[in-house]
Amino acid sequence: MELATFKGGIHPAEGKELSKEKPMRELKPGKELVYPVSQHIGAPAVPNVAVGDMVQVGQKIAEAGGFISAPVIASVSGKVKKIENRVLANGNTALCIVVENDEQYTKAKGVGEKRDYRKLSKEQIREIVKEAGIVGLGGAGFPTNVKLTPKDDSKIDYVIINGAECEPYLTSDYRMLLEQPERVVEGLKIELQLFERAQGIIAIENNKPDAIAKLEQLVAQESRIKVCPLQTKYPQGGERFLIYAVTGRKINSSMLPADAGCVVSNVDTAAAIQMAVCESTPLIRRIITVTGNAIKEPQNFIVPTGICYQELLDAAGGLTCEPEKIVNGGPMMGKAMFRLDVPVTKNSTALLALTKDEVSAMEPSACIRCGRCVSVCPGHIVPQMLYDVAVHGEAEQFEKLNGMECCECGSCTFVCPAKRNLTQAFAQMRATVMANRKKK
Amino acid sequence: MSHMLNVSCAPHVRSKDTTHSIMFDVAIALLPTTAFGIFHFGYRALIIMLVSIVACVGTEYLYQRGMKQKITIEDGSALVTGMLLGLNLSVEVPWWIPLLGGVFAILVVKQLFGGLGQNFMNPALAARCFLLISFAGRMTRFSCDGVSGATPLALLKNGEQVNVMDLFLGFIGGTIGEVSALAVLIGAAYLVWRKVISLRIPLVYIGTFALFVLLFGGHGFDFSYLGAQLFGGGLMLGAFFMATDYVTSPITPNGQIVFGVMLGILTGIFRIFGASAEGVSYAIIFCNMLVPLIERVTLPIAFGKEKTENGK
Repeated sequence: MELATFKGGIHPAEGKELSKEKPMRELKPGKELVYPVSQHIGAPAVPNVAVGDMVQVGQKIAEAGGFISAPVIASVSGKVKKIENRVLANGNTALCIVVENDEQYTKAKGVGEKRDYRKLSKEQIREIVKEAGIVGLGGAGFPTNVKLTPKDDSKIDYVIINGAECEPYLTSDYRMLLEQPERVVEGLKIELQLFERAQGIIAIENNKPDAIAKLEQLVAQESRIKVCPLQTKYPQGGERFLIYAVTGRKINSSMLPADAGCVVSNVDTAAAIQMAVCESTPLIRRIITVTGNAIKEPQNFIVPTGICYQELLDAAGGLTCEPEKIVNGGPMMGKAMFRLDVPVTKNSTALLALTKDEVSAMEPSACIRCGRCVSVCPGHIVPQMLYDVAVHGEAEQFEKLNGMECCECGSCTFVCPAKRNLTQAFAQMRATVMANRKKK
Repeated sequence: MSHMLNVSCAPHVRSKDTTHSIMFDVAIALLPTTAFGIFHFGYRALIIMLVSIVACVGTEYLYQRGMKQKITIEDGSALVTGMLLGLNLSVEVPWWIPLLGGVFAILVVKQLFGGLGQNFMNPALAARCFLLISFAGRMTRFSCDGVSGATPLALLKNGEQVNVMDLFLGFIGGTIGEVSALAVLIGAAYLVWRKVISLRIPLVYIGTFALFVLLFGGHGFDFSYLGAQLFGGGLMLGAFFMATDYVTSPITPNGQIVFGVMLGILTGIFRIFGASAEGVSYAIIFCNMLVPLIERVTLPIAFGKEKTENGK
């Protein structure tokens, strides 16, 4: 069978073998949990608790700050110690609600109650998802209820579960698909209930054959759901390329998946929807892969939000050697961290500790115009030409050469034999253009 | 943690390919035809190759030293230029010809225009054409098995017959590297296998040229004439090793097709209607100069920007 895919892309070393076989392990939080009010795309949430208040597991501690926003939910019970600015994993500073864990794990009223989603109306489901603070757990953190509320429900033809997990090293989606596939499928069924005309597709890269087999078996009786194996290639899980691979429809950077009749959810997001709707448990945990060649025992954790990255590292046995780099996320798009005393948020995906890589440390040299960047670019742009205008700050020319279509996947930088920092230049230029647009 | 972490932008991993590894792959791919040239023409071919390589690498070294630039001879690009220049010379040339050619290729064509990646023509071919114009007599004296004689293409031009099998294997007169189509193809297969080159330019080039010969060659569908045109002269070496030169060929996929078509047509015009029997070198350096134009009109359409979208 021809595997679904897109044109371009790269095949970096997978590195998934480090943590692939390790079952998800639940991690107990420490004494102090930190909840930033901004762990999603959109307006920051607004705290609805004050210092000294007691909070419970599953209690909302900050309200959504606008239409595109999401509430923040406490993952432990205890006392609100401080509400202050703290540094986050991405280096930014944001208002954080600090809760002292009383280790009682007292649940808020109603949390954990079973519900039958079939008896719920569309509005009820959307309200539950919204109040549960669910955002896209693939890393972008777009509020899920906004995604699930397009202008016209009947225009949605496909609900796609993104199980590509194309970033090297990451295995959290894989473990979820393997260990709790029923959750994912039920999450998808809840989404399908919102879009009566849509077909459900679970898209998985073919480097996870056991996950594909398991899901296929599980949905064999479901008329509205099918499993779509994808060619293993980075960035296969990029939303636009996933939609194209699965449906043949193309969207550009200024369009939404709904414009192509699609709703795309990450594997863990679907699981979070299921937990919120069927088990009345809001988003208070996520799955994180702690891995890399400098980690003693690479593995996958079910982690309460608000926990500190240092605790993750300790739980994985610590480091085997001095790492060169610690990355929040995968090696292709993750952000390098400069400290570990920062909280895990809804949009954290992995903690990666890498040792010194000879190739990455090489000095950039002259472009030999080999064209590798052009052939791998999934956005069909010409990184080689774009680079020159980006480093010279020529915003107009940058947009003309489709610089804003760049998804910053890093494929061009990965293949460049001259080791030029292409993506890095584009990211900077894109940020400048975006900021200028806002000014206007 | 006791030491500072390296904080840089994503991506944090890179492929193993480097400029150095690519250039050495090209050098390896040129070995079969170099070896055949030395076997066929004798030790003089080896001397010409060595002088050419030393001239290119030496010029690059001295220029960068003199200009207080970073010395980049270890990237292997000057080595490849030297090999290509040597392979493009007749074994009959005096020793100072490759020396002069090497200095011209690196100094004038490459370094004065900004060094690696900035030259607007293939340095080896530009040097060959410079030598051809300056020393026409010396550059076009060919021999085979110690006997001076015309190249198969020249014979063909005069209406004589040639043995296609000899042409393919390389037991003919010509420049050191162009005689054996087989040896060139072995090297080309290595480059394709190593993913150093794509077949887009060479196949379009050779295909267009073959079509041109069939249409305008005046011999109709005569296999031996077509075969002689394809395997005689520098077409194979030019198509696989020089038209595919990264720096001087278009970077856009469609541009590469346009480039190949133009090369095929120009080579056909030069060979069939021109005064000289050969035309590959001139066709390539001429098209080299059109590359910026070709790229400008063949920019790919960004993903999702196509107008024919369903509903949109």
